[in-house]
Amino acid sequence: MGERVGIEVSLAAAEAVKMANVDVVAAYPITPQTHIVEHLSELVADGELDAEFIPVESEHSAMSVCCGSSAVGARTFTCTSSQGLALMNEIVFIAPAMRLPIVMILANRSLSGPLSIWNDHTDVMSVRDCGWIQFFTENGQEAFDHVMFSFRVAENPAVSLPIMMNMDGFVLTHVIEPIEFWDQETVKQYLPDFEPVNRLHPDNPVTMGAFGLPGIFTEAKKAQDQALINSKPVILKAWKDMGDLVGRYYKPVETYHVEGAETVFLSMGSVGETVSLAVDQLRAQGKPVGQVKLRLWRPFPFEEFREAVRGVKQMIVIDRAITYGGVGGPVASEIRSALYLEENMPTITNFLCGLAGRDVTAEDYMAMFEKTEQMAKGKVRQEDYIIYGVRE
Amino acid sequence: MAKSELELSWKDLEVGCVVSEPGNASQYRTGDWRSVRPVWDTEKCIQCGVCYIFCPDMAIKKTQDGYFEADLYYCKGCGICAQECITGCIRMLEEEE
Repeated sequence: MGERVGIEVSLAAAEAVKMANVDVVAAYPITPQTHIVEHLSELVADGELDAEFIPVESEHSAMSVCCGSSAVGARTFTCTSSQGLALMNEIVFIAPAMRLPIVMILANRSLSGPLSIWNDHTDVMSVRDCGWIQFFTENGQEAFDHVMFSFRVAENPAVSLPIMMNMDGFVLTHVIEPIEFWDQETVKQYLPDFEPVNRLHPDNPVTMGAFGLPGIFTEAKKAQDQALINSKPVILKAWKDMGDLVGRYYKPVETYHVEGAETVFLSMGSVGETVSLAVDQLRAQGKPVGQVKLRLWRPFPFEEFREAVRGVKQMIVIDRAITYGGVGGPVASEIRSALYLEENMPTITNFLCGLAGRDVTAEDYMAMFEKTEQMAKGKVRQEDYIIYGVRE
Repeated sequence: MAKSELELSWKDLEVGCVVSEPGNASQYRTGDWRSVRPVWDTEKCIQCGVCYIFCPDMAIKKTQDGYFEADLYYCKGCGICAQECITGCIRMLEEEE
């Protein structure tokens, strides 16, 4: 096993990309993703990483270059945040339709306006339906491990889809954490060479990205949907194999103190650890409270999620984005759909919090629990949601 | 292509809808788009070939006797040939006629 080092999570992620022996990096710097790109450009300039670093003029170009390089069979990486993701939006939807296994780290940041550089999940939720595999990391170690995981899953010929690794801006990107690196031998064991299903090559000409008439478009979309659904066994196997190799077993849905829990928090991303602190304190007070963390977001792990919350009476769903004029946060709306046909569906309260980096402490989550207890005495309507901590 | 597009199920599609057979755009019957077709009046035609040069789809071919005609598999009926014809010998005929 590799050594444990204290390192900024962004730099660790860039080092992981280097260890994955990426061929092409095309990215445009944007806060809070910048350190990842900067470090990769240094690694290439210093000759430590034999890759093409393409300093594009915009994120739209970044994703376009990634599509091209992935199409010729190059292992391809990019990363962005917020406005950058918005600018590359057009091509983000094309990559999965063309089944190009690009790996992208999204250093989550709120979408403007007001102009903001801080962390929430409004950027990723804007591309919820883009067709990429999407998952969330909770700490630096997870971020490092999941770079290798991402390449392995995306490039698996049975998957061949782009993958978006979400990593909270600043909260993860800019903190120094102790991270256990893999040694190169372990990386080699875990991550095979990239053998694309189709490749642009003059010896065997193919057309990629042709148009689809109404007579074939529906079939193309069905095939794409099924491809994303079918990626799940490969994802599970990649986590299992990683556990066997490095000793850390990840799951699509993680649970914490759910045994006998009547109420569970549901969180995604780095807030999970703070929620766990609140759960510890509530448990110490004798409250039957647990936590469910959703790691895999697309494909949505229906089976594992339903299993994790079976028997729970109420759920507190934490959202880090707003669906304006809608049913609450995007996560809660998803959760309600996932549970709709379940017997004894739990009551769901939805708190929108931590927008644009506003601190949410363990005490705040405890307050959300209290509020939920009060609401449980009245009737909680499905569309009710609370923007937590907003000044009236 | 073994099957026409409308016979393909989603399972028949190549990964990423890649077209693995080069040059098969020539199988696409763009003539289906046509509502009018060019007709040459050989009395007025001087066999200059301007229609052949301007056709954006290379859908005009020279006949044995030196005149020109449209390949109706590809001709979309755009009318550029009629517009460019020096002697005005090309008429766009409604398809229902």
